[in-house]
Amino acid sequence: MSNTERPLSPHLSIYRWPITMTLSILHRATGVAMSLGLIVLALWLMNVLLGGASYDQFLGLMSGVVGRGLLLGWSFAFFLHLANGVRHLFWDFGRGFELSQANASAWFVLLLAISMTAIFWLLL
Amino acid sequence: MNHATRHFVAQRISAVLLVVLGLWFAGSMSGLDSFEHVVVVAFIAEPRNGVLLALLCATLAYHSYLGVQVVVEDYVHTPGLVTFSLVASRIAHAFVALASIYAVFKTGFGA
Repeated sequence: MSNTERPLSPHLSIYRWPITMTLSILHRATGVAMSLGLIVLALWLMNVLLGGASYDQFLGLMSGVVGRGLLLGWSFAFFLHLANGVRHLFWDFGRGFELSQANASAWFVLLLAISMTAIFWLLL
Repeated sequence: MNHATRHFVAQRISAVLLVVLGLWFAGSMSGLDSFEHVVVVAFIAEPRNGVLLALLCATLAYHSYLGVQVVVEDYVHTPGLVTFSLVASRIAHAFVALASIYAVFKTGFGA
């Protein structure tokens, strides 16, 4: 009964990781990362309200290497999730479903997010 | 509308709102002269900014809750734990949203 003609997957020795899968994983990962980032956004706003030493302490913390690293990550997460989210909205209207289109839009979204992150930090 | 369809629609409406509010926020932050306290307070005290920032915080928390719900439902398979996680997530998101909105309004329009 075994059908030897059926495709075996994933065939690891010849397997090529699709860019669309990278974007799918990144969309979820950046979403979860930003959910945690909301806590820091709330802390920032609370410290703005408190003012004085507590705000300076918070600003110092976020201006450090770790703080800037986190903010860089969250800003990239924001632009990637935003661009890929728009890609999802196109799919919701039945557009861009061809494999070639999905591959192209995946690369486009990735490069756009990197560019937007770079521009954001240059303007900051 | 059943609850799955409602989730789908709510996720997308909040997403579209966040495209606008998110880009406004990113643009505003990069436009600030610095992140010194007086500069940030002056920004929030501008009524239009305060309202948009509060709206952003509310929409972010809502969209985040919907997203976390999908992740929980995908990876957590123990029925009781799913309910617990969703309730915990809902409380955490409500708390973060209320704290943010309170801080924005109190900074912008408070005493």
